[in-house]
Amino acid sequence: MTIRGSKKLWTGCAVGLVWFLILLWPMLGIKPEGFEFAATFQVFGYVAVAAVFVLFFYQVKEAGYLDAAGKPIQSAAGLIQRAYAKTPTWVLLGATLAVAIVFPLVTGRYAHDVAISVLIYICLGLGLNVVVGLAGLLDLGYIAFYGVGAYTYALLSLNFGFSFWLCLPIAGLLAAIAGCIIGYPTLRMRGDYLAIVTLGFGEIVRLILNNWMALTNGPNGILGIPRPELFGFDFRSLASLYYVILAIAVVTVLSVYRLNYSRIGRAWEAIREDETAAELMGVNTFLLKLLAYAMGATFAGFAGAFFAARMRFVGPESFSFLESAMVLSMVVLGGMGSIPGVILGVLALVALPEVFREFELYRMLVFGGVMTLMMLVRPAGIWPAKRVGRRSEEME
Amino acid sequence: MVDNQPILELRNVVSAYGRIKALKGISLKVYPGEIVTIIGANGAGKSTTLMTICNIVKAIEGDVFYKGERINGVGSDILPTLGLCQVPEGRRIFPRLTVMENLDMGAFFRTDSAGVKEDVERVFELFPKLRERRRQLGGTLSGGEQQMLAMARALMSRPTVLLLDEPSMGLAPLLVQQIFDIVRMINGQGVTVVLVEQNANLALQCASRGYVLETGSVVMEDAADKLLANPDIRKAYLGE
Amino acid sequence: MEFFIQQLINGITLGGVYALIALGYTMVYGIIQLINFAHGEFFAAGGYMGVILISYLSAQGLHPYACLAISLVLAMGYCALLAMAVEQLAYKPLRQASRLAALLSALGMSIFLQNGLMLTQGVYDKAYPTEITSGGLSWGLVSVSYMQMFIVALTAGLLLGLNLLVFKTRIGRAMRATAQDKVMSALVGINSNRIIAITFAIGAALAAAAGIMVGLYYGSVNYSMGFVPGIKAFAAAVLGGIGNITGALVGGLIIGMVEVFAAGYVSGEYKDVFAFVILIAVLYFKPTGIMGENVDDTRV
Repeated sequence: MTIRGSKKLWTGCAVGLVWFLILLWPMLGIKPEGFEFAATFQVFGYVAVAAVFVLFFYQVKEAGYLDAAGKPIQSAAGLIQRAYAKTPTWVLLGATLAVAIVFPLVTGRYAHDVAISVLIYICLGLGLNVVVGLAGLLDLGYIAFYGVGAYTYALLSLNFGFSFWLCLPIAGLLAAIAGCIIGYPTLRMRGDYLAIVTLGFGEIVRLILNNWMALTNGPNGILGIPRPELFGFDFRSLASLYYVILAIAVVTVLSVYRLNYSRIGRAWEAIREDETAAELMGVNTFLLKLLAYAMGATFAGFAGAFFAARMRFVGPESFSFLESAMVLSMVVLGGMGSIPGVILGVLALVALPEVFREFELYRMLVFGGVMTLMMLVRPAGIWPAKRVGRRSEEME
Repeated sequence: MVDNQPILELRNVVSAYGRIKALKGISLKVYPGEIVTIIGANGAGKSTTLMTICNIVKAIEGDVFYKGERINGVGSDILPTLGLCQVPEGRRIFPRLTVMENLDMGAFFRTDSAGVKEDVERVFELFPKLRERRRQLGGTLSGGEQQMLAMARALMSRPTVLLLDEPSMGLAPLLVQQIFDIVRMINGQGVTVVLVEQNANLALQCASRGYVLETGSVVMEDAADKLLANPDIRKAYLGE
Repeated sequence: MEFFIQQLINGITLGGVYALIALGYTMVYGIIQLINFAHGEFFAAGGYMGVILISYLSAQGLHPYACLAISLVLAMGYCALLAMAVEQLAYKPLRQASRLAALLSALGMSIFLQNGLMLTQGVYDKAYPTEITSGGLSWGLVSVSYMQMFIVALTAGLLLGLNLLVFKTRIGRAMRATAQDKVMSALVGINSNRIIAITFAIGAALAAAAGIMVGLYYGSVNYSMGFVPGIKAFAAAVLGGIGNITGALVGGLIIGMVEVFAAGYVSGEYKDVFAFVILIAVLYFKPTGIMGENVDDTRV
């Protein structure tokens, strides 16, 4: 790095820190009794030291002093990449599946719990991926379908004694219908209008769940939802539940994979890239967009039904906008339109808060910061899909 | 009229969109007071050349000199204040500003309001149609009027060098003739003009010298009348 | 009848507040086509800055209205700086990236700022001093607090000022030009980065004013207060026609009215549902909002 570049970097850092101090102090330091500086400078000190450390490390790396350490890592990464490229896909998939199947046998309850939530989010992420990644429809109320699925199972099983396995398709179906209801009025809208309308729908669903006391028991939620059962086998342990959601996730992955490379998938991608052109080429954009909503919602419905069965409780708080945002971040962070990308995104975002569980208070702060940071470092996601073209509007 | 010191010079300029190189080492010189034209087929890199001069597209190699100084890193928004002004392809007038506001935008960096007022009168004399339409939104003008507005807006910055990108695009033949007359008139007032054109015939008649671009490289440069007489050029660009 | 007039007055007050927040969304969207999710947090930060400053200044023995005026100006300035910092850090590097990447960056910033507020200010509500918020006039059953009058007057003043700024000044012209064509703006000598930063600053300053008003109106502020009004204000911006300044005002008033009347005549629990239903219905019949959008259509 040139001296000029380095100077620019340090000046930027210094300006940023001064700016940070100006923004931080009024929040911490102005008290009715008078000004206070100790708390501010304590926080500022930590941040400044961290910033200088990071910058220093970055410069050392840029200057090549870390090549000695970096080279072996890089060559190892290259080796893995080459090995990955050489191994046939079925071997990789088989190995992944084998690991997934053996996983609960060698781990404890805590790991099962985390693994189950990873698998739930994989279903949600892949479902949303159909809507956002493939068809290019920005959906900020996706979690509503998850809620529909969860409440479907909760109400049907408690009121009518339906079994989990019967409810699973019903939950998917009802979620798909909800998808069509939400999808229909939004089909004429573009990009960001869609975002606010879907967000509005999501909020409407949550508010209804929260306020319709007679049906949903309002903010208290529904308790005592039965566990799944199969030929007399009660899925009592977390490990057995893990296999249920694993099966659902595998079905989801396979369906999304098949959809991705089908005629319908190509039509969705055409709509995403240029809706007018797609329509002129004879793609029925109206029906296909509706289908994208319905398909995406179906997977969320499955996941929702399982969620209700696993928690044995549903409440409106589980279906807030933050959850929608979370699933969307997983999809975008991982790489839109790419199945391994979405799975990686889920792993990253479920694992990250777990790692920071110790610092309960700072968890969401760090989460938000890291989300922004990841976007700055890898705007296209961790594992971008090969076929996502850059739109002309983004070229400039 | 032609000075020995070029006012604008490109030396081996390379620029790219992502991984695709659009300019593969372009060198050209523009002397004060002349009209230089750059001709070539679609995708030859004509517009990219102008965009690279204005630093909208970054040059990854080579140097751009203006009035003897290297301007590679100078921000696009600084260049008009130095007298280097571009009328880009497709005119790009501000569609939801009025004609008058569009003209004011051309003089955005100028602080001499009296001089600006004077220049508004001057361009209205050059383009009387615009005076009638001065309260209309830019987007409601016809194609020819938009081209005139774009040129008028550029003149509002009192340019030393005017970069014109395809002023004839999409216009009726009569209007094209009119636009080229105005280009000559502007040049007559001492403005150096770089003219990028697909309409090679008209451009070469108007210009004193010409450069021929093919897939990002200069393949020929000569006096305009010689290019016009060159059988290869006539065959490739004049449809003979 | 009295009830109706009372609701009307409340609706105008609330609608004005939504309009002020909506302006920030609409201006930012108009210029860089980004839904700035962190905008609700600027609003919350403004509310907090208001309570912090008013508490401090009134402890120094200043007249309550002087406290309010000074706090308002300082809080607006604070949020302007905050917005510029966020823009520089989280959005500027993503100008060339996909819009979803910028959207998520905004979402990340929103979560970050909200939790930052929580960590520095605590999870509990912070109350505005009552000597400022009390008092008012009443005619029979209709009552208007001084605070409501102040809110309406200030909102009107800020809107007028903004309109003058955008349509009558050089900076305003540069803002409109940049929103329409960034490349061309650069070619006529506008530094678009600076204009974008200014746009963020103005939007956040208006949101800060709205934050203080909400704090005064409801008597307290909370770290998560930015979320729901943020969504509704964004809905208001879209309802009016995104990128359109008059539209933001119209949309804000509509959302405010719908909310107040729904709460008054139908059901308080479902008031937000009505706001969203109106939004969806309007967009269904008029997809570009009531006043029409004002966004460069070549880019959307």
